Amino acid sequence: MPKVNLTHFEAALLFALLTSVVLGVVTKKTDKERLLYGLRSFGYFILAMFALGWLMFFGHG
Amino acid sequence: MSDQSVKKQPAAPVKVWLPIVLFAWILPGAGHFYLRRSGRALLLASAITLTFLFGIMMRGAMFQPMSGDLLTTIIYTGGFISDVMSGILYLLTVWLGYSQPEVAGHVHDYGTKFLVAAGLMNVLAMVDVFEIVSGRKS
Repeated sequence: MPKVNLTHFEAALLFALLTSVVLGVVTKKTDKERLLYGLRSFGYFILAMFALGWLMFFGHG
Repeated sequence: MSDQSVKKQPAAPVKVWLPIVLFAWILPGAGHFYLRRSGRALLLASAITLTFLFGIMMRGAMFQPMSGDLLTTIIYTGGFISDVMSGILYLLTVWLGYSQPEVAGHVHDYGTKFLVAAGLMNVLAMVDVFEIVSGRKS
């Protein structure tokens, strides 16, 4: 099995994408709702990533 | 809330849902395939398998149950259970001799979390299968 080296951002982005797919599929009842929930959850992941990234940046001074 | 809106669903018999939920555990996405939800099955199988494979490719460590203080027990036993919940992916990996020690570094750390996340995603898929079999969801 090849070894992959991802940056923090790439790994977090991949995690957000795959997790959003699963959350979208299992959470809602219609396909449209599933798609919207998956997209919204992906958006929230990205938002949280940037917010926490900046928080850590300023926290370090 | 009125009495009509809280109408309780009769519970499905264990012998009906248990084999399908176990099938969903062993093969991620298989429960949905069996219940003829092919599109959702494909998405779940792909997402869970990819998450697990990326965890392996990032050389994540598999948890072993460990006792000690409360936090150690929760993290290691919980991590082990989550790893096992990936079903055949976990079993094959262990049978093929994958044994990665915990190594410092963000890539290994992400790998370990990806392996745990794959198992937790499969738990969500199993719960979804249970809800479909029980008639609570289509």
